[in-house]
Amino acid sequence: MTTSNATDLSLMAHLLRRAGFGSDRDELERYAEKNYEEVVDALLSPDKFEDVEEEVLTRYYPHLHAAIDNPASWNGRWFYRMINTKKPLEEKMTLFWHSVFATGWTKSEHTPTIVDHIQMLRENCMANFRELLMGISKDPAMIFWLDNNENHGTAINENYGREILELFSMGISNYTEDDIKSAARAFTGWTYEQPIPLYPYGQRSVKFLFREDDHDFEEKTFLGHTGNLDGGDIIDIIAEQEATARFIGRHLYNFFVADDAQVPAWSIEPPADQQAIDDMVKTWMDSKADIREVLRTMFNSDWFKAARFKHVKSPTEFVAGVLKLSGEYAEPGPSLHTLEGTIVAMGQKLMDPPSVEGWHTGKEWIDGGTLTERINYAVDTLNDLSKPGVKAIADRIRGAGDSTTPAQLVDQVLDLIGPLEVRPDTRETLITHAETEGSLDWTSEASTKASEARVVRMLTLVVSTREFQFA
Amino acid sequence: MTTIEKPTKKKEPVLVVVQLSGGNDFMNTVIPFTEGIYYDNRPLVGISEDKSLPFTDTLAWHPSAAAFKRIYEKGNMAIIQGVGTEHASRSHFRAMDIWHTCEPEIVATEGWLAKVIREIDPGSENPVTAVNFGRGLPRALAAPGVTATSIGDLDNYGLMSGIQLQEERNRDLQIFQRMYTPAIGSGQVMNYLSQTGQNVLSGAEMLAEAPRMYKSKVEYADNPIAKALRDVVRVHTAGLGTRIFYTSHAGYDHHAQEVPGHAKLLTELTDAIEDFMQDLRDHDAAEEVNVLIFTEFGRRIKDNGSGTDHGTGGGAFLIGENVKGGLYSEYPSLAPADWVFGEDMDFTIDFRSVYSTILNQWMGLDPVDIVGGQFEQFNPYTKTMV
Repeated sequence: MTTSNATDLSLMAHLLRRAGFGSDRDELERYAEKNYEEVVDALLSPDKFEDVEEEVLTRYYPHLHAAIDNPASWNGRWFYRMINTKKPLEEKMTLFWHSVFATGWTKSEHTPTIVDHIQMLRENCMANFRELLMGISKDPAMIFWLDNNENHGTAINENYGREILELFSMGISNYTEDDIKSAARAFTGWTYEQPIPLYPYGQRSVKFLFREDDHDFEEKTFLGHTGNLDGGDIIDIIAEQEATARFIGRHLYNFFVADDAQVPAWSIEPPADQQAIDDMVKTWMDSKADIREVLRTMFNSDWFKAARFKHVKSPTEFVAGVLKLSGEYAEPGPSLHTLEGTIVAMGQKLMDPPSVEGWHTGKEWIDGGTLTERINYAVDTLNDLSKPGVKAIADRIRGAGDSTTPAQLVDQVLDLIGPLEVRPDTRETLITHAETEGSLDWTSEASTKASEARVVRMLTLVVSTREFQFA
Repeated sequence: MTTIEKPTKKKEPVLVVVQLSGGNDFMNTVIPFTEGIYYDNRPLVGISEDKSLPFTDTLAWHPSAAAFKRIYEKGNMAIIQGVGTEHASRSHFRAMDIWHTCEPEIVATEGWLAKVIREIDPGSENPVTAVNFGRGLPRALAAPGVTATSIGDLDNYGLMSGIQLQEERNRDLQIFQRMYTPAIGSGQVMNYLSQTGQNVLSGAEMLAEAPRMYKSKVEYADNPIAKALRDVVRVHTAGLGTRIFYTSHAGYDHHAQEVPGHAKLLTELTDAIEDFMQDLRDHDAAEEVNVLIFTEFGRRIKDNGSGTDHGTGGGAFLIGENVKGGLYSEYPSLAPADWVFGEDMDFTIDFRSVYSTILNQWMGLDPVDIVGGQFEQFNPYTKTMV
């Protein structure tokens, strides 16, 4: 058993909610045996841990094969990874970059291409930012999504040249329209090989192709640099800009630390925490855009540690977090693909962002429909003692004594699913409710059964709270 | 026999939007059956003249759309031909997004119907001013600060609907209401959550009455669109003040297996609409209802050997007792010289003209801010409620 005190557990739970998708109690206690910075270091070193054996899914359930032109299969596989990964930050960073470099399945309508795109994000998720930008610039799904296949030496299409600056690196007002044109020219000829026709051959991956005859080799000026610049040069220049460090830093803050304004407002609204952004910018500039080091600065900072429950869970975080609690899908299950419908009803479809701007976050996740879906999903999933995670919570409470008072019931459930911090009036409401049925008795088989049912009911009420919407 | 109380005040106009998701093949819904070029390009999915259901000298309904033929012949349907927009997209999402937000060039966050809700109910006093039947709120109904209700299953709607015992559920809902009480100093997002939670509760309470009050002689088919339209009648006739209903009928993306697939969907859709109209009439609740059926795009003139790929100009339908039946705008030109991208029929009317017409003439609103500009209107109503 662990020797760490409750404060340590709360902090560790916070780190695991943000750097991963939450944890069950056993996992939390295992992590909490180590000291905080050691855990951060482990999270930043995914290569030291084994990968999720994803192929087992296809073997058991052919309908989950990623090559089938149905992103639901792929979304189900992604959830399986999120829940079972031994390197949670890698999966969380993949989701982070997917939110920044928001690329959609609907435009490509070619699932393997977008599957490759997500895998590219995963492989580069903690690399130098240059490598990541190079990865997306050569990514067929991105090339098609932002029309770079239509960006020709003789006639430029500015879409990618614009978005790489506006949404993927520096943010608006840090460059001119001429810089956009130069960037677009530098990426001319960056396209993909002729895809194999969908009919009748089915879904096939597409590969990057540089077409020299379609590239503009003339002199260009970009952010004060003049020369025969190509896409690689543009990426190098972008990565060393302080504006890029600020923009990506703000993205990291909004995703991992606390909800901030939406991206379009960033050029007019200052960051929620200027010091936090400055700290990340300093690391970025010192490390020459090493994302891993920026993450280390963030997770080890006081402002990160203090930001508990300052972030409304995204649908993906919400669902993965509930599944971590319920203990489902530790083994492959045939219904994994239905999780896509679950998050879609809550307003998020992975691999299909609403636009290149990605998803709006924070309170914008919540409306009457999505709140209902979230609460009902959590209640329905956890209202079942046969789920291993639910049984484990009931067992722990039973193990704490022959009898459990109403206040203990509330506090223990709050503790075991988080620890979740709630407002005093929320706690009072829950205790008042628990008091109507008195203390739980664990001494006989019949009373244990009744007590277990009450734990489950309390669990469903706790996940219906406002506070549970936050990570 | 109906037990429903007749509203004493003047009936307010109601708009029912039915979204055909995936890109309905307009050309195979309203078929130009005298054009050789139609048959030349559609050796597989083309519908032969003897099977189709002609309703003018040049146009015929798909054989599975007999119910639409009957509605059209009654004079209750306006067919708006060749609906599209200049900045059309062949991406489902992007195209649908444009339809939902009226912003073809930028990505916007405010839905066009959400702006309508804001006009009708500026103080968000009625949580069921707009009701969607389906999972999740469509973007058309979403905007910051606007309340709209989304119902997956009307008979089992609301929070904690998975709790089987009604007594337990009621108690949970009471606790929920207490836990979601807005409190001073709890922060803006927490307060927003409280308010949203309370809206969900009051909306659910209102909606719980609807199924109990409804009785009908109409027997709807057992499929999702029929069920959704029946739910529209149940909520509409409950007199809760709902002005906008929204629902979707999915599966129109017929790249493959179009012949059986499209026939099945059109049967479901057209029969459901006919039953819906009958049900409304039986309840003396048809006059105030106008139905708009739209899709994100049409499909290409050439078939691909199994189905058709994403195209441009589509078609929309307005249905209602007060609709002046007939053909509006022009059928997209089939002549290859007029094709866009060398393979698509061009649109002949901007979708925002359709919206502007409905908003201005049916809902009595100024459409300019909602659709983002002045668009030419047409006159598809014999009588309006405003």
